[in-house]
Amino acid sequence: MTEERQQVRELARQFAESELRPHVEQWDRDRRLDPGVLEQLAELGFFGMRVPEEYGGMGFDLGMYVAVLEELAWGEPSVALTVSIHSAFAVGLLLAHGTEAQKREWLGRLASGEVIGCFALSEAGAGSDAAAVETRAWRDGDGWVLSGEKKWVTNARLAGLGLVVARTAEDPAGGEQPKSRGLSVFLVPMDSPGVEIGERKTTMGLRPIEVGDVRFRDVRVPGDALLGEEGRGFALAMEALDVGRLGIAAQAVGIAQAALEHARSYADEREQFGRKLREFEGIQFKLADMATRVAAARALLEAASAEPSTSRSAMAKLFASETAMWVTTQAVQVFGGYGYMRDYPVEKLMRDAKATEIYEGTNEIQRVVIARGLYRS
Amino acid sequence: MKTVVCIKRVPDTEARIRILEDRNAIDTAGLKFIVSPYDEFAVEAALRLKESRGEGEVTVVTVGDPAAGEQLRSALAMGADRAVLVKGESSVDGLATARALAAELKDMGADLILFGMKAVDDDQQQVGPMVAELLGLPCVTVVTKFEVADGRVVCHREVEGGYEVVEAPLPAVLTITKGEYEPRYASLKGIMAAKKKPLEEKDAASVESRIGVQAMSYPSERPAGRIVGEGPDAVPELVRLLREEAKVL
Repeated sequence: MTEERQQVRELARQFAESELRPHVEQWDRDRRLDPGVLEQLAELGFFGMRVPEEYGGMGFDLGMYVAVLEELAWGEPSVALTVSIHSAFAVGLLLAHGTEAQKREWLGRLASGEVIGCFALSEAGAGSDAAAVETRAWRDGDGWVLSGEKKWVTNARLAGLGLVVARTAEDPAGGEQPKSRGLSVFLVPMDSPGVEIGERKTTMGLRPIEVGDVRFRDVRVPGDALLGEEGRGFALAMEALDVGRLGIAAQAVGIAQAALEHARSYADEREQFGRKLREFEGIQFKLADMATRVAAARALLEAASAEPSTSRSAMAKLFASETAMWVTTQAVQVFGGYGYMRDYPVEKLMRDAKATEIYEGTNEIQRVVIARGLYRS
Repeated sequence: MKTVVCIKRVPDTEARIRILEDRNAIDTAGLKFIVSPYDEFAVEAALRLKESRGEGEVTVVTVGDPAAGEQLRSALAMGADRAVLVKGESSVDGLATARALAAELKDMGADLILFGMKAVDDDQQQVGPMVAELLGLPCVTVVTKFEVADGRVVCHREVEGGYEVVEAPLPAVLTITKGEYEPRYASLKGIMAAKKKPLEEKDAASVESRIGVQAMSYPSERPAGRIVGEGPDAVPELVRLLREEAKVL
């Protein structure tokens, strides 16, 4: 298993180095990836990492999966995000809660990358308060109808399948139960009539990502589009977020590792006062602290992947994202004035890193989750 | 159609090589190893041949210590069907390696035996032609592209200043160079499938190695760049040097 993990990690690194790294600057400028990259990712099997072999995937365990995501993020973080969302939400939820028929319908195509998945939870009024979802779904004949507007859906324009969280009961159990008990998850083909994908958002970092709002205008889906139990959607979303957050932690570690490597090389080349930067103690201490925090973040991520739990995922995401932010900021500082210039790679990593402190639960929410876990026996 | 590709485990071309104190070997501690890049072209060539014919079997073989199993699995992950590890010393004596390989290959019934043009560690370019000699097979070296039809192989070769096309009857030995065969990535599926493919370990026929390394040293530093002149006046001299000295034009 270890040699395999090593081989898989090396393949991801090699791919990132030859197929992602050389284009990163241009993709950041153009705000898009070459479409060929997604095809390559699909061909090599990256979209099938979490799909079991019997459904045409690779059946990677979480450890192998996050190792690959880290390497992809080291190359281009937005690529890692696309794969992470696809895997944690579309693949993950179908696998855990899909009926055999639902799995047969979707998992093969998700594994091959023929269909890419997205997850639609956030709304204008439902961010950190995720249970405040107002998008509604109601029964109509044999099927369901969905109506509402989702915000910041990553992969929106790439996706063939959306996992959409919608309210199926206004006052669950006659108001006896919390609002979160009235949510359900639906499998919505993104080419369904009434699905409208809004304009692509312009983001600070991760500029090539396809993120946009999605409006569902009385979108009709069949009865078997309901995933899992009606009214259990919030629990499903939280469960998928546990894996999603490991993906974000992996992305953050990859970003931090990239920044560390850039700073390390620069300190070995750049001379001031007749000496290389790396010979100055002030720079040495920075590099040492950067390397230590990256190693700690990776170790926490590996531990959380080996024995997953809600708290550990939240810790890994929290620590890795703050590490990424801190390490990229230090890297910019090591580069000095050049670090602030777009001609050098580190300012981009600093912009990319910021997102990891925000999405899939802000770090404030992670702390709430972790603290709550301390009181759970 | 049975194709056998002989590969070699070599240090990563990007690794920094350290020579051991006693000066006749490199320090392999912590050193990363790869499939020699020319051998990867050969594996790619074999896989494409199989794919274009829609049938066939690709076997990868190496002579080396058990660690070389890692390189065989890389080739299996690219798509080779099975692997044979001939356990023995990977020797600086090309003939010893060739004898060990030939002893293994003679009963394998290969239609085509491929090698990389050279291994990137010792650059000797001996083993492929020697194996051909030992097996009494025709050998075509430095092949950039080949096609197989009607029991014959047509090879495109790189020669000084151009190309030539030669043909030979099968079975034959070819040594492959960079040309058509940019190696594919091993896919994730390929890596997972590789563990289920057969990897046979055999003891090498006992062969004597008659060549030993006496000493190793680091290359001399590269000479500094040279300024041949300034402005448009320097262009003819620059062109002359590029053509006659550097031979890149």
